[in-house]
Amino acid sequence: MKINAGKGPLDPFPADRSWEGNHVKKTILMMGAALGLAMAAGVTVLKADPIDAKLEIDGKPMVTRTKAPEGHPFDEVMSGWLFREPETRSLEEDPFENPGMLSVEEGEQIWNTVEGTAGKSCATCHGDASESMKGISAHYPKWDAEAKRPINIELQINKCRKDKMGAEPYAFDKGGQKPLTAYIKNQSLGEPVSIDLSQGDMQAWWDKGKEEYYTRTGQLDLSCASCHEVNMGKMIRADHLSQGQVNGFPTYRLKSGLTSVHNRFRGCIRDTRAEMPKAFSDELMALEVYVTWRGTGLSVETPAVRQ
Amino acid sequence: MNPMKMGTGLVTLAAAFMVAASAGAAEVAPDAVAFTDDGVSASLTGQAGDPAAGAKTFKDRKLGNCLACHANKKMEGELFHGNVGPALDGVADRWSTAELRAIVVNSKQVFGEETVMPGFYSLKVGLNPREDLVGKTILSAQEVEDVVAYLATLKE
Ligand code: HEC
Ligand code: HEC
Repeated sequence: MKINAGKGPLDPFPADRSWEGNHVKKTILMMGAALGLAMAAGVTVLKADPIDAKLEIDGKPMVTRTKAPEGHPFDEVMSGWLFREPETRSLEEDPFENPGMLSVEEGEQIWNTVEGTAGKSCATCHGDASESMKGISAHYPKWDAEAKRPINIELQINKCRKDKMGAEPYAFDKGGQKPLTAYIKNQSLGEPVSIDLSQGDMQAWWDKGKEEYYTRTGQLDLSCASCHEVNMGKMIRADHLSQGQVNGFPTYRLKSGLTSVHNRFRGCIRDTRAEMPKAFSDELMALEVYVTWRGTGLSVETPAVRQ
Repeated sequence: MNPMKMGTGLVTLAAAFMVAASAGAAEVAPDAVAFTDDGVSASLTGQAGDPAAGAKTFKDRKLGNCLACHANKKMEGELFHGNVGPALDGVADRWSTAELRAIVVNSKQVFGEETVMPGFYSLKVGLNPREDLVGKTILSAQEVEDVVAYLATLKE
């Protein structure tokens, strides 16, 4: 627990340290009370440690914990899978039970469907996705030299549709965007996430994303870090706060079905009671670059199952 | 006092009285709350809070949603209590009413800028607040008083 008597011109309790001493005393009392509660029966404060278990999908071991890259606020990077309830975790372990796999199958059909004026499908150019797309999406977002900005898989699909297929780009979360993205990412299942920050201006976008990550937004005045860093592992009502990693996206959410990463970002920002940035905006692309980096080394789990 | 009759060109004044206008009573505006060494001593509405109404505000997800972050043994019937903040059992043994009011109005004045607890009667909010919430506090002055009255009952 932080003990801070406040600083700066607004400090109502300035040089007088007695307040702080007072709070320290109260804090000690308070911790006693909290311990008492943890042992008392009746109130549901769910167990809050990330689980110590191994995830295997289709016999493939997944990296759900790994040493954090240099400059990371945590020592260890952890998958959101470790924070979920047993039933949710087991759904992800078995591809036959994972409801997200239906979307992956739908994505496979889209992959093979001719669309647009050029009379091509994804398969026309890329052939068998299990070979051509293997490992690819673990390295997105990537620098797009032409657009002079990072792009994610969704935007890469739109680029191909527009430039190569003569088809309309998908609107956010519409058409086949979510299932096709899930299909392509599923070809990288198990591959460790690693993005190349040396391309183009990726580093500048990472910087911008980092600044956003620590910026408090909305009426509730919370940043991503307020929940996923400072309170990682704690319960916020019925939700066990994870590190907010993106290695499982699009994820299958038991509440709402297949969910894209920008939809998730927008939802978390909405929960701070702030205006939501548009999907694929500079703000959210920068955030995706930075948050993806925060999960460096975790296996791609798409389609992960979450609550 | 009828603030609607004040006809002032001062935007800040108008904003300050907007809350009062809706409640129809002389209320302390969010940016006029006086914090002292003792906390916030005076009721924001000049009236005592209602602990029963405060309990409702405390658990309502759209109002206080205090249970999101705090456990409270007295609310065993409610499913799921968070632990982002400390359990509030016996909180009135640890803090005076004036201190509790200061914490609910703007916890940053008590715990420092870094705290994640929102200021429930403060206009110092984060970036890009939702448009319909600009200039509005999370709780009204009376709701704060009700919650404070409820917290004052949490003794061990
Ligand atoms: C008010 C608390 C809160 C804030 C602020 C918040 N989140 Fe979340 N976030 C949650 C909760 C609760 C969940 C669901 C449980 C979990 O996975 O942590 C979640 C889930 C996520 C997930 C999904 C993790 C997974 O494994 O599927 C991502 C990604 C995420 N958040 C990113 C962000 C980003 C980026 C920000 C800032 C723009 C942010 N969050 C701000 C509460 C918050
Ligand atoms: C997003 C999280 C969050 C919410 C919502 C929240 N609090 Fe808090 N609260 C905290 C944290 C964290 C602390 C501990 C101070 C710190 O470490 O910054 C705290 C401390 C307190 C304390 C002092 C507790 C003690 O034992 O010293 C009281 C009283 C309190 N909160 C009341 C409330 C009430 C009443 C509400 C709802 C109207 C509320 N809180 C909502 C996070 C929250």
